[in-house]
Amino acid sequence: MPDTRAARREVWITGIGLVSSLGEGLEAHWEALTNGQAPITDATTFAPYVVHPLVKVSFDSQIPKKGDQRQMEPWQRIGTYAAGLALEAAGIAKNTEILSKTDMIVAAGGGERDFAVDAAILNDLSTSNDPGRMLNERLLSDLRPTLSLAQLSNLLAGNISIVHGVTGSSRTFMGEESAGVEAVRIAHARIASNQSEIGLVGGAYNAEREDTLLLNDLDDFCLKGEFRPVFSKPEPGIAAGSMGAFLVLESPEHAKARGATPIAKLSGVWSERARRQVEGALGDKVRALLATVGADGANAIISCATGARDATTPEAEALAATGRPVRAVSNRLGHGFEAQFIAGLALGALCVSKGALYPALAGDPLETAGAGVSRVVVTSVGHWRGEGAGVVEKI
Amino acid sequence: MTQAHLDKFGRPIVVVTGIGIVTSLGQGKDDNWRRLTAGESGIHTITRFPIAGMRTTIAGTVDFLFEGRVPAPDLSEKLATLAAEEAIAEASIGTPGDFPGPLFAAVPPVELEWPERRQIADAVGHYPIVYHDLLAAADSGKFRPWHERFLFGSVADRLADRFGTRGQPISLSTACASGATAIQLGVEAIRRGDTEVALSLGTDGSVHPEALIRFSLLSALTTANDKPAEAARPFAKNRDGFVMAEGAAALVLESYAHAVARGAKILGVLEGCGEMADNFHRTRSNPDGRPIIGCMRNAFADAGITPDDVDYINAHGTSTPENDRMEYVGMKGVFGEEKLARTPISSNKSMIGHTLTAAGAIEAAVSLLTIANGRIPPTINYNIPDPAIPLDVVPNVARDATVRRVISNSFGFGGQNVCLVLAGEPA
Repeated sequence: MPDTRAARREVWITGIGLVSSLGEGLEAHWEALTNGQAPITDATTFAPYVVHPLVKVSFDSQIPKKGDQRQMEPWQRIGTYAAGLALEAAGIAKNTEILSKTDMIVAAGGGERDFAVDAAILNDLSTSNDPGRMLNERLLSDLRPTLSLAQLSNLLAGNISIVHGVTGSSRTFMGEESAGVEAVRIAHARIASNQSEIGLVGGAYNAEREDTLLLNDLDDFCLKGEFRPVFSKPEPGIAAGSMGAFLVLESPEHAKARGATPIAKLSGVWSERARRQVEGALGDKVRALLATVGADGANAIISCATGARDATTPEAEALAATGRPVRAVSNRLGHGFEAQFIAGLALGALCVSKGALYPALAGDPLETAGAGVSRVVVTSVGHWRGEGAGVVEKI
Repeated sequence: MTQAHLDKFGRPIVVVTGIGIVTSLGQGKDDNWRRLTAGESGIHTITRFPIAGMRTTIAGTVDFLFEGRVPAPDLSEKLATLAAEEAIAEASIGTPGDFPGPLFAAVPPVELEWPERRQIADAVGHYPIVYHDLLAAADSGKFRPWHERFLFGSVADRLADRFGTRGQPISLSTACASGATAIQLGVEAIRRGDTEVALSLGTDGSVHPEALIRFSLLSALTTANDKPAEAARPFAKNRDGFVMAEGAAALVLESYAHAVARGAKILGVLEGCGEMADNFHRTRSNPDGRPIIGCMRNAFADAGITPDDVDYINAHGTSTPENDRMEYVGMKGVFGEEKLARTPISSNKSMIGHTLTAAGAIEAAVSLLTIANGRIPPTINYNIPDPAIPLDVVPNVARDATVRRVISNSFGFGGQNVCLVLAGEPA
């Protein structure tokens, strides 16, 4: 198991940028999580699919140039916005000296299709005598030149560099849920081992798009009909959630030198890959991860469970066996794939900073009442592959 | 581990013990090396799909692995598999299906392609359709395997299964610098002591109509379709865009101590990695060259060397007017005019085109072969020098030279720059 050698030096979370269906910023999330409101869902726009739509945000406040906004697809806009919130929260926004040394790792999927163009081309291809030529000519004339940039996975990071000036380094990890886990694991390991002093790590997901619903429905992974809590039986499927989640990670020395106040400590991140085709392998890996991270000593577990068949139940059983109170990110924010683990860490950090766990979601069979919180384990079991866990603690 | 196994900063020295390469020139490092040093081009007219109506109709596709078209991730996976098999066999490490380290895989972004999209549309049962109709057809369960195939993590996941690499593989993209980033991640993991061994690779098999057209729309590709072998002209005055291409390279990275202890043949050293992001523009470099200069300097600093220690530059050299000029500006800033004039530089892309996600890995591999063989592959198609960027590009013919240390440059769309410093076996 890759070991991030957490003991080398501490890694602090000194800034969090979080935007989702519940609002923007940590306080708005805490308010929404504790005031008893139901999850924000949209079951009609993409019916029969249920998604958690992004709260209305003013992108201008973090992405002032309209020209920049036009160069981005929504997932990039969401991510660039959340990254800006994180830098602001850490107190390093516009600080060129620090930003030029800030190491960035973004967990990203890809850009979205132009749905009208795709449908029009498919219709015309169906009656064409020369579909090869027609496809070429139509793509040349109908695709927007900027689309290719907006679609490239690494261009979320590129946009963050351009809009916010983060230029120390820029890496983009792909691979759905695992991308988020690995992004934080590597960023943490680099700081813990003195390879880096400060990093920006995060991801973004736009749930309100039919091409990703299409991809996930090819193998029947989507939640349809009406919202159900993630640990319901049978597994409800994935209710995607629009979100952006970014963390500023920092060495204590670097944070202290600039007078920054940590929100929480990121004590470690671990990842694994179960060979899921082997019966029982997934549950074994999750139990092993929970043992590695010391789940027994945690006050709560925040799960990034997806609701996907085959993946959710083995995780739920392993979590239940710990006897710890559990909260599922997707019960409140929906599932944000690459961004989900980072959103989970953000909620974990929020809980330890408040010293409390927010109430359980009514109707979820696994979420139970919790008490004071100073150490939270965050788990990630990808809808298809990849397991991970992290620990956040009060400082 | 003894002092001899640590670098001047006290970190474990990272060596290369296995190399694998596939490009449009052929499969395997021997074949590629022979053709690269013979100045051969792998660029040709595209036959994989109809090219009528396209502005650019040439590419460095790898056509000898499949009969006809397969989805891009299938080809990327196959290319990576062949490169990794070669590298692991050369390193003679682990047992088949049980590689004793993690996988860092530079893989191209994927999405459903037009042939698949058309099949789903046909399954709707009527035309005209709207996009939403495709979802019901997807829900039919007729196309289940495509979900996994078109996930971003799919290629690396199958490689992890096949080679038995440890833990969760990392799939990454830093655009045209991806292959170099994969190597950098492996170097860092070994230096941290997270692992003794890593498999780093870059692969790209994504020449398909929309990918080609997207680059056309950015005006990034050459349209010199008539003479494909002469279309990639890095640093020449008549360069007019890059040639999209496919390929893969894999390196087995290992701590020096680990390699020595098991008696492995050492093929070279990864002395340093540097990166610096450019925040000037999505496709253009900062005109002052600062990020490119900073990136190279960071690589030198990480390796603990100076520009005087470099014998050869393996250029990014895409053959676009912009890149090659900016790379010159950056190199001049780092090396100074005089040292730069004395330092040979060549672009492998003149022969194999721009293999995008794979380029950084392929060019690192070729850099190591350059050191090992004492022979510098040429920049072909260099017939009209550009007086604005005077360089010794090793024009058209390979050159014998003692090469102890190379810097390999990779600069990506989105401003992601990575430079690697590679050297021969430690004395």
